Amino acid sequence: MPLTKRIIPCLDIKDGQTVKGINFVNIQAVGDPVELGSRYAQMGADELVFLDITATHEKRKTFAELVTRIAQHINIPFTVGGGISSVDDVSVLLNAGADKISVNSAAVRNPQLINDLAKQFGSQCVVLAVDTKFVNGEWIVFLNGGRIPTEVRTYEWVKRAVDLGAGEILLTSMDHDGTKAGFAVELTRMVSESVSVPVIASGGAGNMDHFVDVFEQGKADAALAASLFHYGEIELPDLKGYLRSKGVEVRI
Amino acid sequence: MNVVIIKYNAGNIRSVIFALERIGIKATVSDDPQVIKAADKVIFPGVGEASSAMLYLKEKGLDKVICSLQQPTLGICLGMQLLCSHSEENDVDCLGLIPQKVKKFPASAGKVPQIGWNDISGLKSPIFANIPEHSYVYFVHGYYAAYGANTIATTTYGLEYSAALQKDNFFAVQFHPEKSGDVGQKILENFLSL
Repeated sequence: MPLTKRIIPCLDIKDGQTVKGINFVNIQAVGDPVELGSRYAQMGADELVFLDITATHEKRKTFAELVTRIAQHINIPFTVGGGISSVDDVSVLLNAGADKISVNSAAVRNPQLINDLAKQFGSQCVVLAVDTKFVNGEWIVFLNGGRIPTEVRTYEWVKRAVDLGAGEILLTSMDHDGTKAGFAVELTRMVSESVSVPVIASGGAGNMDHFVDVFEQGKADAALAASLFHYGEIELPDLKGYLRSKGVEVRI
Repeated sequence: MNVVIIKYNAGNIRSVIFALERIGIKATVSDDPQVIKAADKVIFPGVGEASSAMLYLKEKGLDKVICSLQQPTLGICLGMQLLCSHSEENDVDCLGLIPQKVKKFPASAGKVPQIGWNDISGLKSPIFANIPEHSYVYFVHGYYAAYGANTIATTTYGLEYSAALQKDNFFAVQFHPEKSGDVGQKILENFLSL
């Protein structure tokens, strides 16, 4: 059997609590991150992502403490991200017990950061997160949780980031995020086929067929979703059973 | 039980400490030869790069310490690769405790590093007691040890290779039991009860 496709619940963290933004704006609390993460791990999540969504603007020491609590209680891999801008930030989070870190805005502003992180900690723990939106016929990279547009083209950016040492790409289509109308399948496929590292598709999952589509047509290696799981709209065991019934290799 | 985790310049030690805590073991992390030699069980973890890890082990004299161990010793991921004879990762001679060469995945295998859950089979070791064939465990690696006489579990990523190796008291797993859910926890418990 081959390597399985991964299902990754994402927990957005604000002030130590899990929240989910719809189109990155309206925010609603959905619970304790360690409790929720443990529940997902028991139900068959393959990995977890914890994003400190306000870290760019607020203090983050409590987040490092939360990371340690997560590492103590959860026996599957997890990535943490949000506002990471230096080797020191990463060092703190990896030492706190994170398996991987994701960098986003800071890497666009200073691409050398990716190289520094890969050299110091290894590519396997460096996830490049990209928030992207289709603007004037092109996929463009956005910064600061989708608040600031750039002139950077997404396809060019991911290739460059992989050359610099990114070990994985977490690709979020802002046009799809929160819509529940399906992942950005074509974007995901283009990115997945243009880089040599795994691609995690994010944004837009609304039903189980959307996952089948993003794995089969989108060539994603993993798919990430948040509110679907937080609100129990799709249960992980049901999703995995469905994927397997459709011929997608998953861990059950 | 006195479990010692070897401290060196490779990462991921904290995950192993926490995994052992979850099964009620308070491990000691040390690079002191006397402390390591006195352990009931030794764990040699690792996430990192082979040649710099070997250089560090030699500088600290830990290479000789590891080679002298008689008690059950478990190499994890890079730790496993370092127990082998040679790694293609910057062409470095390793500890040579398990006669196996570590090679880079060919591009045809798929995306490198392999990241994620893959299944293990052909399980033949007490560390896999009560682990069903085709159980899933978590891998993150770009280099692999081929199938050989010391293979105690295999997996497939483009090609079939060693998911685990054993020679005498040296056990080694390419995957991360500390991150492999309940299956990984059981494998750690099995190792500790050897």
